[in-house]
Amino acid sequence: MEGDIAQLGQFIGAGLGAIGSGLAAIGVGNVAANYLAGALRNPSAAASQTATLFIGLAFAEALGIFSFLVALLLMFAV
Amino acid sequence: MTPVNMGTTDVATEAHGEGTGLVFHPLDQFIVKPLFGEGPVHWYTITNATLWLALAALSIVLLFVVGSRGRAIVPSRSQSVGELFYGFIYKMVEDVTGHDGVKYFPYIMTIFLFIFFSNFLGLLPMSFSPTSHIATTAVLGFGVFIVVTLIGFVKNGIGFLGMFWLSDAPLALRPIIAIIEVISYFVRPVSHSIRLAGNITAGHAMIKVFAGFAAIAAVSPISVLAISAVYGLEVLVAAIQAYVFTILTCIYLKDALHPAH
Repeated sequence: MEGDIAQLGQFIGAGLGAIGSGLAAIGVGNVAANYLAGALRNPSAAASQTATLFIGLAFAEALGIFSFLVALLLMFAV
Repeated sequence: MTPVNMGTTDVATEAHGEGTGLVFHPLDQFIVKPLFGEGPVHWYTITNATLWLALAALSIVLLFVVGSRGRAIVPSRSQSVGELFYGFIYKMVEDVTGHDGVKYFPYIMTIFLFIFFSNFLGLLPMSFSPTSHIATTAVLGFGVFIVVTLIGFVKNGIGFLGMFWLSDAPLALRPIIAIIEVISYFVRPVSHSIRLAGNITAGHAMIKVFAGFAAIAAVSPISVLAISAVYGLEVLVAAIQAYVFTILTCIYLKDALHPAH
């Protein structure tokens, strides 16, 4: 068991950053679920909204990617 | 630990540590190294990034210049693929930005094709994906930001600043909203570029993590299945991220052409 307290902090921080990725997964699921719910209610309007769906997915996913990036930076760049 | 330096080869090897089960590091695939011989990477050094950027450009030329050379009324197979891309992006630009955005279509088409082909070439085994580096995507993202801001000021003059001053909000709230709008405007290029690079990096690293588990005999069948599944997801992500980058470019362009919402 070598290593120092800074390394411990890095690994704990990276693990906490992974929580952010999981929360973004909830967001992405929320976007897709609401799209599907709306699409099943009114299938004729669904096709015109797929672009909006992907934009929403991208915005929700980007924040999860940010926390992934923070985890990567903690692991390899600090 | 040593700081990440994009130019040197000891990025990931330092982080190995003793006792980790992985034979190779999941992030080794993103190391930029000289194509010929060893040594430091200067700005003029031909690296694996240069090679795969050039291959992306070459395959676009192959598809669109050589493939559509015949300009046939009844298109050949490669010309049909080219026309599909063209029609898809043209419709996207027209739908989002309106008729006056169509003259920026070549720029948006170029961005889409470059990202699309880089993403897909990066999915080949043993290859290198240039879009996994923030250096590549930041050039694209900040390029879009600068171009769109310039277009906004050239088209609308000082009225472009009206984008930050929402006239339908209560007067007391407008300065606060303006500050938030300005911040969100300047965060755009950052999130625009990090979204693409992060998605590609995360996906490729995930494939390599599962590949590391394949060395353990007990879990190797599950690991191979997982690699196949993740690879399928990555094919999807490669196309979706190219699409998302392009459509966000269109939306930013629409904001610049019609700033008054």
